[in-house]
Amino acid sequence: MSTSSVLYDVPGPRARLRNNVLTLVSAVVILGIGYIVVRGLADKGQFAGKLWEPFLRGDVWANQIIPGLLATVQAAALSAVLALIFGMVFGLGRLSDHAWIRVPSGWVVEFFRAIPLLLLIFFVQFFPATASGYTVNVPAFAAVVIGLTLYNGSVLAEVFRAGILAVPRGQSEAGYAIGLRKGGVMRLILLPQATTAMMPAIVSQMVVLLKDTALGWVIAYEELLNFGLKQIPANFGNLIPSAIVISLVYIAINLVLGYVAIRLERRSRRSRRTPAGPVAAPAAAGVGGATPGSGME
Amino acid sequence: MDAFFDFSPLAEQFGTILVGFWATIRLTLMSGLLSLILGTILVAMRVSPTPVLRAAGTIYVNVLRNTPLTLVLLLCVLGLSDTLQYTLSSDSSTNYYWWATLGLSAYTAAFVCESLRAGINTVPAGQAEAARAIGLTFTQSLRLVVLPQAFRSVIAPLGSLLIALTKNTTIVIVAGYIEAASVMRQMFDDYGGTLPIFIGFAFGYMVLTLPTGYLFGWLAKRLAVSR
Repeated sequence: MSTSSVLYDVPGPRARLRNNVLTLVSAVVILGIGYIVVRGLADKGQFAGKLWEPFLRGDVWANQIIPGLLATVQAAALSAVLALIFGMVFGLGRLSDHAWIRVPSGWVVEFFRAIPLLLLIFFVQFFPATASGYTVNVPAFAAVVIGLTLYNGSVLAEVFRAGILAVPRGQSEAGYAIGLRKGGVMRLILLPQATTAMMPAIVSQMVVLLKDTALGWVIAYEELLNFGLKQIPANFGNLIPSAIVISLVYIAINLVLGYVAIRLERRSRRSRRTPAGPVAAPAAAGVGGATPGSGME
Repeated sequence: MDAFFDFSPLAEQFGTILVGFWATIRLTLMSGLLSLILGTILVAMRVSPTPVLRAAGTIYVNVLRNTPLTLVLLLCVLGLSDTLQYTLSSDSSTNYYWWATLGLSAYTAAFVCESLRAGINTVPAGQAEAARAIGLTFTQSLRLVVLPQAFRSVIAPLGSLLIALTKNTTIVIVAGYIEAASVMRQMFDDYGGTLPIFIGFAFGYMVLTLPTGYLFGWLAKRLAVSR
């Protein structure tokens, strides 16, 4: 936000007056919109106590919201670990000196990045059953985790690659000069420095991953969204209040993760441990840009 | 070995598949346009001298960016349309199309706003100072000097967002509106989940996203502001 203050002068008396009027007008407009929304909800009876009362009850939290949250966190945590491994393997694969490793790794990463995650989840769920003559049944949990792993793993592979490429060449040259082999240079010199540089991008990708567990809804994996927008409203008929409460839970978790990413980025900017600056999440295929992408998926 | 090599379902359902992808294209273009407009308004709010507008913009972006798109779309479709009965068209399919489009736009706008804000940060302070020096007001300097440069420097990230949006339209499946992903889901039900069907649809999405990527990459290079 360095330029925003440059967009306008330090206000004089007239500008201050104008700003105050603008503040007042915009506050009135925003309150007006808020009033229309609240009024609309109230007219449809959405503020009736019995719609909100379930969220004050311990058993609703104990039997529905907390188990849903746990299922979400389980899927997210397992996919995060698997995606990191996948990303590490294919990210390093793309940097290999051998074309027979580098080229297929590139195909795998580009393929899983280019197709929608939901197609992948459907395929993982349906293909084994068809191919096995309907004897194998893939649980929804596995389909979500495998889909998230392949997609986010491919994105992380690009982050790993960018992180390692961000370490100045002199570092690996120095490593070779003191007699290290390729593996040693990677393990002892490049990876530790790259990790610092790519930590913020990895954490941001975790926010994307956690949000994407909500796709479990589509294949009936019982996670937070499923409890929040299917099961609780089925019992209490309170879809709108439930959606509001559930989204607050998601927002709270993701804001914490986002805060961690910002802290890590500040730290790696300050860090003297590596000359590699923080790397951004990769752009889509064919799009090369200087400004970072913003992690939408 | 039907699951591996039988491409005939793709040929049989070719018409339905095209209809699905046409719906994907329509959803993408309409939401892309609406989110660009909304995102621009949001970024103007976020850099404005009015604290109330800045706060409102920040809250909007943080809420939408941290909510799963599935939830946003479900809230639009199950919540606003089905529960609260705010219908946008008497035709059920058109109604879901518009709600899905609004949900996608509301979600994407938050990311457009963040991209544009990053773009505004790349405009040198001297540009804004010069704009002020010749007497332009905040709105004028934003509209005539800062935003045009910001837009040109974020063309590549906007391209990435458009590609992500194309892929995100698959989630419209929760709205029961027929697009490519729901056609594939239906074909999996009818023919079983076979590799050729999956490859066919994956190819379809690549046909949409790869040219978008290269077009925006080319545009970004062409329109780059030389500094």
